[in-house]
Amino acid sequence: MKLKQDKKQDKAKNPNAKKGWKELPIGTLVLEPGSSLNYKTGDWRTFRPETDFKKCIHCMICWINCPDSAITVKDGKKIGTNLDYCKGCGVCADECPVKCIQMVEESKYRK
Amino acid sequence: MTEQTKKEKNMLGLTGAEAAAHAMKQINPEVVACYPITPQTEIMHTFSKYVADGDVDTEFVRVESEHSAMSATVGAAAAGIRAMTATSSQGLALMHEIVYITSGLRLPIVMPVVNRALSAPINIHCDHTDTMAERDSGWLQFYCESAEEVYHMIFIALKLAENEKVLLPAMVCQDGFITSHGVENLREIETKKIKSFIGTYNPKHSLLDIEHPISSGSIFFYDYFFEARRQQIDAIEQAKLLYPKVAKEFEKISGVYYDFVEEYNLKDAEYVIVAMSSTCGTVKDVVDFLRKQGKKVGLLKIRVFRPFPNEEIVKLLKDKKKVAILDRAIAPGSYAPLFSEIRSVFYESDKKPEIYSYMFGLGGRDVTLDNIESVFSDLMNNKKEKINYLGLRE
Repeated sequence: MKLKQDKKQDKAKNPNAKKGWKELPIGTLVLEPGSSLNYKTGDWRTFRPETDFKKCIHCMICWINCPDSAITVKDGKKIGTNLDYCKGCGVCADECPVKCIQMVEESKYRK
Repeated sequence: MTEQTKKEKNMLGLTGAEAAAHAMKQINPEVVACYPITPQTEIMHTFSKYVADGDVDTEFVRVESEHSAMSATVGAAAAGIRAMTATSSQGLALMHEIVYITSGLRLPIVMPVVNRALSAPINIHCDHTDTMAERDSGWLQFYCESAEEVYHMIFIALKLAENEKVLLPAMVCQDGFITSHGVENLREIETKKIKSFIGTYNPKHSLLDIEHPISSGSIFFYDYFFEARRQQIDAIEQAKLLYPKVAKEFEKISGVYYDFVEEYNLKDAEYVIVAMSSTCGTVKDVVDFLRKQGKKVGLLKIRVFRPFPNEEIVKLLKDKKKVAILDRAIAPGSYAPLFSEIRSVFYESDKKPEIYSYMFGLGGRDVTLDNIESVFSDLMNNKKEKINYLGLRE
């Protein structure tokens, strides 16, 4: 009985299937620099930060506190959140001096 | 001095500890992390003198504990150079977590270990409990009978460990005080022959290679961990396949072939003792003595313990009548380590000898010629009891 996850690992059908022990580099080595960018930790989120830009004073306190460097900035102003990496920890909402960030349930965005 | 020894200009008189340090000097590793513990301290002492005298180019790092010693060695090795350290007993136990990390990171570190009992009770003398506790760590393990064997095995271990199909760390063990503090003859090999044998260490990946940045020691979740471990098993199996080749190459510069095991009067023996390390010397003397009386006795010495030479053991012992396995370690709640492993390799064999367990020598309890003779006597007189304690006061 083939399980769904086994079908995903079928290398013939899925080129992204996980490598077997003979193909992996040895000694726990990761050979590509900067490869942590490939892991979209945004997947872990259960709450998403929503910024009210009418209230935002662009103090950058959320930006400097974000553990994932996930606050996006342009021309010295906050423009949003990088949802690929934002884990929804809520530190930005907690630290914001004008309380313009709300943590909204992620499920509201997933239909 | 005999005529023969007078002729051997390369003959040195060294303790086992000094012999290990001498080997390290000829390897000239880039980094040695140092921490003392009886009875290996003299290895570090002797090596520190080489550093002070400028006989080696080694960066000598004096750390605050064995945990740090192994950590420093691992860091240095991961940076892409040869790094070594030495330890015993409590020190080995203290570095236990890093011991597993070393083999997981596939770093070919060679570490002389001087076998000493583990506390409690505190004991500074010889038994094999310390390295037996590391037998599942993925390290290669060699048990050496004499100072010369220690000296030679360190080079063999290094060559095997650094092979790109292996890349595993290695423990070269010797009996505490018995070998480490006893002066013995050993034949020195010229440094240039050693250098040519071990070659230069050119790791494919290293942390200091900034042209090819790597990450080492990352987290592996449940979806990759098993595969990483399977690779380690493959590596130690490769070590088993490659060992005879390395030993053969070493024979060219030393004149000695160090097989997985050593047979002593084994061919036609009916009653055999299997043992490791310095006790083998005592057993050889008793074998000689009993052979003169016409008794068919013999010794099988296990030299390479990890990877375990199961095929050799089955081949050499399956036709024997009775075999006594001497263990200088115990495994409370189950069978003694060497006994347990040897018994299990016979499971699929159509022929097998009667196998006896003799635990002995714990905490440096002396094993005498009389003790060994009593073991052979037990075997020859059909002793019923399979699990025995040699030299224990009841």
